[in-house]
Formats: sequence, structure tokens, C-alpha cells
Amino acid sequence: MSMTVYDLEQTVNSGLTTTVKISKINFGQLFIEIDIEALYSTILYLKTNNKCRFKQLIDITAVDYPEKEKRFKLVYLLLSHENNLRILININIDEKTHAPSITKIFPSANWMEREIFDMYGIKFSDHPDLRRILTDYGFDGYPLRKDFPLTGHLEVRYSEEKKKVISEPVKLDQEYRDFDFESPWEGTKYVKEEIQKKETKEK
Amino acid sequence: MVKQTKTMNLNFGPQHPAAHGVLRLILELDGEVVEKADPHIGLLHRGTEKLIEHKTYSQAVPYFDRLDYVAPMNQEHAFALAIEKLLNIEVPIRGQYIRVLFCEIGRILSHLLNITTQALDVGALTPSLWGFEERETLMTFYERVSGSRLHANYFRAGGVHQDLPGGLNEDILKFCHTFPKVIDDLETLLTDNRIFKQRNVDIGIVTKEEALEHSFSGVMLRGSGIAWDLRKSQPYECYQDFNFKIPIGKNGDCYDRYLCRIEEMRQSVEIIKDCIDKMPSGPVKNVDGKITPPPKEDLKRSMEAVIHHFKLFSEGFRVPEGEIYAAVEAPKGEFGVYLISDGSNKPYKCKIRAPGFSHLQAMDYLIKGHMLADVPAVIGSLDLVFGEIDR
Repeated sequence: MSMTVYDLEQTVNSGLTTTVKISKINFGQLFIEIDIEALYSTILYLKTNNKCRFKQLIDITAVDYPEKEKRFKLVYLLLSHENNLRILININIDEKTHAPSITKIFPSANWMEREIFDMYGIKFSDHPDLRRILTDYGFDGYPLRKDFPLTGHLEVRYSEEKKKVISEPVKLDQEYRDFDFESPWEGTKYVKEEIQKKETKEK
Repeated sequence: MVKQTKTMNLNFGPQHPAAHGVLRLILELDGEVVEKADPHIGLLHRGTEKLIEHKTYSQAVPYFDRLDYVAPMNQEHAFALAIEKLLNIEVPIRGQYIRVLFCEIGRILSHLLNITTQALDVGALTPSLWGFEERETLMTFYERVSGSRLHANYFRAGGVHQDLPGGLNEDILKFCHTFPKVIDDLETLLTDNRIFKQRNVDIGIVTKEEALEHSFSGVMLRGSGIAWDLRKSQPYECYQDFNFKIPIGKNGDCYDRYLCRIEEMRQSVEIIKDCIDKMPSGPVKNVDGKITPPPKEDLKRSMEAVIHHFKLFSEGFRVPEGEIYAAVEAPKGEFGVYLISDGSNKPYKCKIRAPGFSHLQAMDYLIKGHMLADVPAVIGSLDLVFGEIDR
């Protein structure tokens, strides 16, 4: 018997009653929101529970909402081959909180957590090797935070005098222009709606 | 007396022909046996995800070509699917068929490069010469449909950019008839080749459990005997219309993965033939003027078309608020896009899930206890392209 996403929602909600804060189904995918304290136990439950069988960690990522008090949203994506279902786990945390590392449950979480640390500066406790991964050796700052400029802070070039590659502050000949094209482009929406209303009335 | 052993650190890459790009591997060697491998990545990091946050949805598409530049359209596909789901729009059936057609061409492109360069890494030069000739033919198909051989920018939200030019279908069919012979030729050089087998059989074995633990996907997963292909298990586009088989490996070693790729190419040829055979007529992209640009000839006659064109190429379209994860079976594995829209014309967040990232991560576990000479064989069978790993 294969499980539908609705069955899964029920199973998860009954199995983790106290921890699941919000659960919803969008586009046939189950989203749940939990607290950071429950992260490790929830992932372990989803992996080992006989009904859920989320044996594969697809990805971990984070989203930055600078205006919120709990600035970051961690997103864990799991896949169950047996049930052919996916689940997305959302966790809101603030800048200072350390997230628990899940490398003991999924060894592949290692690099994914390193990437989040590199890009957002979120620290993971009990991580075996929390180094930067994608950015340059000696890089400073967290590039995917919304307050990090698109152009970055440093640029590298080969210095003819020093005979080596040096990095210096970014100098732009022209300021970076982020055009705001947004305008209320509603078109003829209201007319359409009125016509539709009329048509339904006539029917 | 205690025998003293000293390990040697070897720096492999980043400029090394067998590293398939800019991989820097720090190897800890005990004699010729690898004790530890620490891949350093990010040398090709271009900040794609950050750039996408600053571009409109249609401006972001070309960045996907530059991820896995060996099979560009497969990447665009995942992004287009994610936007379409958020917008809740349909792709016309002809558009879907064209997408499947070019995804399978991309699969052949990628597997050809991988098989032949893997053979090159273990000492066979000829396959790469033969393979690249075929790749060139396939890339002319890319060129004819999109205008460029590599960075196609062809799959757009709502469909594909343009209809197929006249005569392309026939030429692709012609290729489908001659190509199986090339696969046969490649196989006569490699499949039973003693040297090729000695270098690949029982090298880099992955068990089923470990393949799951390490987030493997695509051929890396199937080579270990797990029947999982997103085209079959979670059919997207119109893959359910096609009849194709998924090759599964038995031992999970480099050789099995090679065999899987060979068979996948044969299956792709069948899908392409079937696709051209069944190709329906009709529009190739969604006809909603608020999402897809109007046809060129309308711009001279219709004011509305001009307005739509202007708005689409300046402001772009807006995507309703929401978050979505959309994945496709790219040649290298599961390629996914996690997209968050805040209702504006730019993505708020776009996370790219590259299959190679998890594959390379398992390098240390795969190579431990193997000889130094096995490193290129394993790297070759992981099918790494640094465009997508470093992003």
C-alpha cells in the first residue's frame, strides 16, 4: 500500500504531536514547521519510523529574512523512496542560536551544513568539520545574507609590481544599478472579473 | 621495534586534466594507498544563487545553463517547472514534447562526455575522439533550436522559446539511426576491454544503504541496484507517455555505473525517436501574454503585444507568493530547485540542489583504501562537473 501525502500528514502529526507547530500541503508536498530543539529528534523519527521511511536527505538550505526577529529559516528536504514522498521541514532561528548538526543521522549533511555556515554564518553544534566550503580561502562575510552587497567587498587582480595576485576593495566605474521596474500592472483584471461574475449570474 | 609509518600529503589539482575541472583534492597517502581524501571545492564559485535573487525570473534562466554546462537544458527545466508550479500554468503539449526531446539529447550529451573522458582517464584515447564527434552533432541541434551550442536559454517558464525550425526533426531522426552504431563501437572498445575492466571493476563500490545515506541520486544510485528514476517515479512533463526502461546495476562499482550510462543512452535514443514520432502540433508555449512574450510578427501590428513585450522584458512577470521544490532527473542525478517567491518579479530565494555536490562529498568514503591510480577512475565515474558543484 502506498501512502499519500495526506496519510503522511496524519502520521507525522500523530507521531510528533507536540513538536509539529504547523503542517500544510502545497503543490502536493508536505511542509511542517518545528522548533530548533526538536530538530534532531524529528529528523531521526522521520528516518527510522517504519511508516515514514525518509531514508534520504536531499538538501539543507537557509533563507534570510533580515526584518524578522528570528532571522533565518532553515529548510530540510527529505525524500522517501518507499513512499515516493517528499517532506520539507522549516525551522526559524535567530542569528545567535546554534543549530544541532545532523551529520550523525545523515553523513551527507556534512557539506550541506558547511555550505549554510559559509553562506549565512549559521553555526552547527557537534559538526565534525565546520569550515568554509564554497568561498575563497580567507573570505570574510556571509554572501547569501540579504545585507551582503551583490558586488562583494573585495576584487582580485594580478599585480605587476608585486608579481602576485592581490585582493583590494571593489572599485566600480559605474555604481551598481538595481532597477526597480515594479509598477502596478493590473491590466484589465477587474473587467474580466466583472464579465465572469455576469456570466455566472446568467447561468 | 615499532615500524614507523609516515603518510605523505599529495595535492591533486586544481589544474589537473583528470580532475574534470577545478577540483583540488588533498590526498593523504600511505605509500600508494589513499588514507584520506579532502576535496576542496568552490574554485568555480560564481555566486549563482545570489545573482538570481537580483534578476527577474526570465533573466535568471541563463544562469542555469552555466551550472552543468554539459547538459544545459536539463537544468533550465527544473527552474521552469518550479516557476510553472508557482504560477499554476500549463505547458502546451507540443512544448512538453519538445522539452522531453531536448532533455534526452542533453542526457546523451552528458553521458557521452562522461563515458569517454572516464575512458581517457584510465588510458583509452580513442573513445573521446569518437564521442566528441557525436556531441558536436548534438550541439548543432541545440544551436539550430536556440541559437547557441551550449548556453541555450531555451526552456522558459510556460514552454520553450521557439518552435523547432523546419527539417530539424528529420535530422534528429537521422542521428537516432546512426548513433546506436556509435554506442556499439564504443562498447567494442571498452565493455570487454581487459584494461578498462581492470581499472573499473570492483573500484569505488557503493552499497545500497550507503548510496541512500550519502544522498546519491541518478546513476550513482541506480548503479547500486536501487530502482529510482524521477522520470518513472514522479513523472514530470509528459514522461508518462513514453515507454522506456531504467537500467539498474548490481555491484555498485565504477564498471556498473559505466554500463548503466551506456544503456541509458540507448533508452534515450528510443525516447527521442518516440517523441518525434508522436510530436503533436500546436503552440510551444503558454499563450498567456502576461507570462510569455508575444510572437515577433505581432509586434508590428498589435499594440497590446508591444505593451506585453515591453513589460515582460523590463519588469518581467510576477510570481505569486509561495515556496516550492521542483526536481528533475538530470543526467547526473536529481537536480532540484527550491524556490521562494515573495510575490514580486524576482525570486526571494533560489537554492540549487546539484547532484554532484553530494557525490563528491562521498569521495573520502569511496576512495579510502584504494590506490592512488584509482582516484581518476572514481572521479570519472562520479560524473563531476564543477559548474554545478560550485554554483
